[in-house]
Amino acid sequence: MRTLNIAGSTFSIAIIAALLSACGQGPSEPAAPANDVNGLKTPAAFADIADDADRAAALFGEMSKVMLHPRCANCHPREGGPTQGDDMHPHSPPVVRGFGMGAAGMECSTCHGPANFAFASMEGSIPGAVPWMLAPQSMGWVGATPAEICAQIKDTERNGGRTLDDLVFHNSEDHLVNWAWHPGEGRAPAPGDQETFGALTAAWAQAGAHCPAG
Amino acid sequence: MAVTLKINGENRSVDADDETPLLWVLRDDLRLTGTKFGCGIAQCGACTVHVNGQPRRACVTPLSMLEGADVTTIEGLEGREAEAVRAAWAEYDTPQCGYCQSGQIMTAAALLQRTPQPSDEEIDDALAGNICRCATYVRIRKAVKAAGEKLEG
Repeated sequence: MRTLNIAGSTFSIAIIAALLSACGQGPSEPAAPANDVNGLKTPAAFADIADDADRAAALFGEMSKVMLHPRCANCHPREGGPTQGDDMHPHSPPVVRGFGMGAAGMECSTCHGPANFAFASMEGSIPGAVPWMLAPQSMGWVGATPAEICAQIKDTERNGGRTLDDLVFHNSEDHLVNWAWHPGEGRAPAPGDQETFGALTAAWAQAGAHCPAG
Repeated sequence: MAVTLKINGENRSVDADDETPLLWVLRDDLRLTGTKFGCGIAQCGACTVHVNGQPRRACVTPLSMLEGADVTTIEGLEGREAEAVRAAWAEYDTPQCGYCQSGQIMTAAALLQRTPQPSDEEIDDALAGNICRCATYVRIRKAVKAAGEKLEG
């Protein structure tokens, strides 16, 4: 009888705890980390992938949603000058890469300032950040696969000599990268936010910075 | 907000909303009407001025970024490049209606300050954002080339 009583008590406590929890009145527990921020999965969404290489590849696949989004890719052309808009049409007025910041006499800063600026005479805005410039041609990736971009950004011959820590810092803190989530009136932001993009990059690096297949 | 800046070498204090475009300040407040309004969205180049030596579209340049800046408009453009451009513009009868020409000249002078003897391609690249409804592009290119040659000589 004693054993049954203990079992019965335990069962009752479990039911009460479940009911309290269901009512939101149970003992407070740390909330599970969010798996998604504005359409971008967080590292927590990949925590169940045990194999480091598989997890890193999956994390990079998620990172590439940002890197291939028009807010980023428009200034990462492989050929020619920048594009603009969600359909990535050629920049208007026509501009060239030149020395990386446009042509002599028609530099990026001829029009783009240190911050977005809403047009005074009509809807819309011109984007701006410091410094407004194209990514180096070696970091152009429009049309590339996530696997190709992954190899590219790890290659110190092409990435400006950046280490993995540098890449994490760049994606987490860089002011121009940050613009992708604050693009101004008339432009859709990249998925997620910079904090999540930086966290994905850090988790990818920590998992060995392996690349997706293909 | 009040902003102190230099315009054509003269110290000015401008009290206006910090989002006011420089073009509004130049034309409406200071009556420097040589700088033209064309599109208002940095597509045509008619409002080109120099800010700290850098060509800038005044229609998308907020007053807030001009504290202490040195602004040059067509009325105050001086120097070897400016003289060479003016002489070449006259020699080739470059303007037709003339509306876009102050912007064209401001860009041409900036180009020559950076690249004194530009190629045709460099001229086209620099002036691609300065639209001329009269299509005087061929004369503009000739004049810029001639100005560069004058600078060399």
